Amino acid sequence: MEITTLHYLVVAAALFIIGTIGVLTRRNVVIILMSIELILNAVNLNLVAFSRLYGLQGQVFSIFVITDAAAEAAVGLGILIAFFRNKETVNADEIDLLKF
Amino acid sequence: MPLQELTPVATPYFFYGLSAVAVLSAIGVIMRRNPVHSAISLIFTLLSLAGLYLMLYAPFVAGVQIILYVGGIVVLFLFVIMLINIERMQREYQFNKQWLVGLLAAAVLGVLFVAVYVKGQAIFPQHAVRFPEQLNTQQVGKMLYVDYLLPFEIASLLLLVAIVGAVVMAKKRI
Repeated sequence: MEITTLHYLVVAAALFIIGTIGVLTRRNVVIILMSIELILNAVNLNLVAFSRLYGLQGQVFSIFVITDAAAEAAVGLGILIAFFRNKETVNADEIDLLKF
Repeated sequence: MPLQELTPVATPYFFYGLSAVAVLSAIGVIMRRNPVHSAISLIFTLLSLAGLYLMLYAPFVAGVQIILYVGGIVVLFLFVIMLINIERMQREYQFNKQWLVGLLAAAVLGVLFVAVYVKGQAIFPQHAVRFPEQLNTQQVGKMLYVDYLLPFEIASLLLLVAIVGAVVMAKKRI
């Protein structure tokens, strides 16, 4: 049985949905950032799967996506450390320093 | 040296095995109580995705995935997990009250994906473009430095800004 592009797209969709559920339901900001990485990886899998059909541009773009994921993780975890120093917690629903 | 076409063996077994590992570890990432276990599950997801990239004739992206994601980003995650206090976090509730919204969003996204795939399959090209995978890294590099030179430089600028931003954020007093 031939593995087609559609198979890869279904796997990517499953990863995307799992990542979305993680972003929406978890309280821990570290896990939320990991779920964002899952979403970016699902997009990468889509890009590489389509690059087999249309040309190498998808692979080049997926490398840019990986670069952006690295930048996003670095800045997000920096913000997380700054927040943990202020409030001694990493729960997303306790981030209310700007609320009054 | 002539470039011979490599024929993959046992493709369905590898595909289903790698996909099962990827999806199950992704579920583990969002379900585990201990963030360290989540990070380990994330490593398994990323490695099996690298295997899927190899099956898609993208060895350069697979290598970048392993070196950058597993070797860089997950190590960064583990480092930050060690900086924060996880004993107290494990005794708290792990999920917020939004599971209904989460399930709804997941269902809507799932329906959207199914609709797009069912409708869009007709416009896919039927035959894959064949690239000799021995030339993959060379072609990707040429494309990065010739066709996509400006985005490449912008990406390096973005990384510089991210480094400075992360240092400024994590520093105690500026």
